[in-house]
Amino acid sequence: MKYDTIIIGGGISGLVAGITLCSAGQKVGIVSSGQSALHFNSGSMELLGHDGRGNDVDNPCEAIKLLPPSHPYSKIGAATMAAMLADVKDFFARAGIKLCGDEHHNHYRITPMGAFRPAWLSLDGYAMFDRPAHLADGTILIVNIKGFIDFYPEFIRHALETSNYCEIREISHPKIERLRKSASEMRPTNISAVINGDVVKDIASDINSLIEQTGADAVIMPAVVGSLNGHPDAELRQRVKKPLYYAPTMPISVGGMHMQITLRQYFRSIGGDYFLGDTVSSAVIDDDGHVCSIFTDNLGDTPLEADDFILASGSFISHGLLATYEKICEPIFGLDIEAPENRADWCSPDIYSQHPYMSAGVATDNMFHPSIQGRPVRNLFAAGSVASGCDPLHEQSGAGVAILTAMFIAREILKTYHRHDI
Amino acid sequence: MTYKSDNISPNNFEECIKCTICTAYCPVSAVNPSYPGPKQAGPDGERYRLKKPSFYDEALKYCLNCKRCEVACPSGVRVGDIIQSARIRYGKTRPSLRDRLLADTDFVGTLSSAFAPIVNPTLRTRPVKALMHSVLGVDSHRQFPAYSSSRFTSWYRRHKQEQEKYTRHVAYFHGCYVEYNNPALGIDFVKIMNALGFGVRLLDKERCCGVAKIANGLIDKARRDAEINIESIRRADCPVLTTSSTCTLTMREEYPHLLGIDNSDVRESIQLAVRFIFSLIDRGEAKLVFRNDINETIAYHTPCHMSRLGWAIYPISLLKMIPGLTLRVLPQNCCGIAGTYGFKKENYEVSQQIGQKLFDSIAEFNPGSVATDCETCKWQIEMSTPYKVENPISILARMIDFEKTRLANS
Repeated sequence: MKYDTIIIGGGISGLVAGITLCSAGQKVGIVSSGQSALHFNSGSMELLGHDGRGNDVDNPCEAIKLLPPSHPYSKIGAATMAAMLADVKDFFARAGIKLCGDEHHNHYRITPMGAFRPAWLSLDGYAMFDRPAHLADGTILIVNIKGFIDFYPEFIRHALETSNYCEIREISHPKIERLRKSASEMRPTNISAVINGDVVKDIASDINSLIEQTGADAVIMPAVVGSLNGHPDAELRQRVKKPLYYAPTMPISVGGMHMQITLRQYFRSIGGDYFLGDTVSSAVIDDDGHVCSIFTDNLGDTPLEADDFILASGSFISHGLLATYEKICEPIFGLDIEAPENRADWCSPDIYSQHPYMSAGVATDNMFHPSIQGRPVRNLFAAGSVASGCDPLHEQSGAGVAILTAMFIAREILKTYHRHDI
Repeated sequence: MTYKSDNISPNNFEECIKCTICTAYCPVSAVNPSYPGPKQAGPDGERYRLKKPSFYDEALKYCLNCKRCEVACPSGVRVGDIIQSARIRYGKTRPSLRDRLLADTDFVGTLSSAFAPIVNPTLRTRPVKALMHSVLGVDSHRQFPAYSSSRFTSWYRRHKQEQEKYTRHVAYFHGCYVEYNNPALGIDFVKIMNALGFGVRLLDKERCCGVAKIANGLIDKARRDAEINIESIRRADCPVLTTSSTCTLTMREEYPHLLGIDNSDVRESIQLAVRFIFSLIDRGEAKLVFRNDINETIAYHTPCHMSRLGWAIYPISLLKMIPGLTLRVLPQNCCGIAGTYGFKKENYEVSQQIGQKLFDSIAEFNPGSVATDCETCKWQIEMSTPYKVENPISILARMIDFEKTRLANS
């Protein structure tokens, strides 16, 4: 099977690259071993949240300029970064995802544990704070779903108590009560599946009576509303009399899952092939160091051939990187890795401090080409968290690096691509 | 030693990171809260069951074995296999008469085709349906697939001789559906392979692939049939092609994982005809020429087991080659029937609820017809929507210019 570009990894990075390439007329295949880490997304994305010296970043566009040359953002360059950043919200809007935020000015998101983190973009309707703990003035009503164990209103109250008086209440509905039969499986996605149609109206009127009882000025509820067809999340916000904000739950994230499915459906609708649940088993590299084709578990002896390949296989959690007893490695191509030599140096003794393994990854040149035993692979690119050069957790930069390296690489590939005449 | 060989069991339940992505994509969890969900039923429950078999939960019977959990799992855990193995190992409910009848496709098929003119109309009458509903527990909404009075193998015997004229051969595992219900699909397959220059042989002995027996707890019978099939496949010594995604998945994956039958020497030779044909074309070794008067819109539905095989690309690519055919690939949703599952009256409602998303998506596109590689998906869609469903092989056969294809491949 012949493609212009094959992408290994179907999470946010692989899909951004795939959509960019497909939109420009390329024939693109994405191989994804299972569903992606986007399912653990909080509903917000970060570009650069911490400056590495213990300070929160206000203007990521400016702070990027101070990063070391080995950082993926520095490899892309400030001017190209600025040009691409200006297009990100439109890019997602074209695929059907509405994001709010500003690359020149971070906002804050709240975590399910009640911590505040700088963020770049948030899904429409999610709680966006202009400064930690400040969402709105007055009394805040925190509404949980009865029996739902993946959202902790007390943490949220604790996080907000310096600015607001908070009331905690629970709501339910016969259709949601039914889910409590399997308490351990009463997950955000299962709840979201029943919150539509009349259930939205019923819940809205319940919340409205609670607003009256408590005199609340704003409402926070767990992000368990949303659908791939229609917008019950927007409808509920419209029906509730005071501003309603969604706060992230423990995974699975409804917003993250819908983002994944929406991007994948969009990629398919513009002609992309998405191989879900398949794993790359081997790669064929010729004497000149070019990747010719890859083979997968499912497709067996059917090769996937392409002019260019993008490795967007993610970090340890997605198995893009593996840590064995001896070493950190990249399992498909055996690419050169940047990581501390000794296992003892992978981690710091203090669990809450920065860990060197978090910045480990595939070593790349300034065009994101990885290498095998020192020799660059010219038609292979590493996008997102599989590549080295940043600590996404410590810097709060995971989504930004995933999206921007993918866009950059796709644009590079398109520079030498001439649309085939069909 | 590697990390895996030191720490991971053959059914790799330890590799579960408890992310619950499988549950988010489980079609049963979405509609039936009595089902504990694939994570709990699979890798989580496995830890308990290993400690004490009495932790086994009979609610595991609600699992459709659609394998969508395995397709979704980012850690490669064989969640569905863990659940099915637990049912085999710990399940206490013995199969009822109804389950045995539904599962024994060969026995029922043989009888029914012999008396097809009587059986078909009888199964459609209200009193018989009511009786089957109340006495057997076969849901009265269900339409039994019509049995064919002439079996595929009878047709084949009449055409066996001409198959030997070819220099290259493939073997055909026709399955119960082609044999008893839809011989026309088997005939379409033979016609296409002949046009591509291949003679078609049958296996020495073919039994039901066993999927229905496995699902209904008739494991010893399933294993005996599977052994006969694998032995015949070994003797065939050529590619063994199929036209049913479920038979294919069962023989490739369930034989080793659930029945403990080693098929490693022949596993790669068992494949869907659409994959074999696509690969020939992809390697430049064959050509299909289509008629030039086609004007149809078709929606392709990916059966769950096709999704698990990861092979939907093959029928989709073949159908896309047809000029004048507008193809829409439907979003992947389970149709809800899962073989014999949906025939049982206790599952009927859940089965239809699961399928609703699929039915809606077909209606939204409003195609001329639907294509799918699974016979039970076909029954379910045809019962629940007004659309006709065909196997991609039959669609190809309708649209191929056989004369020109034969010439192009001779």
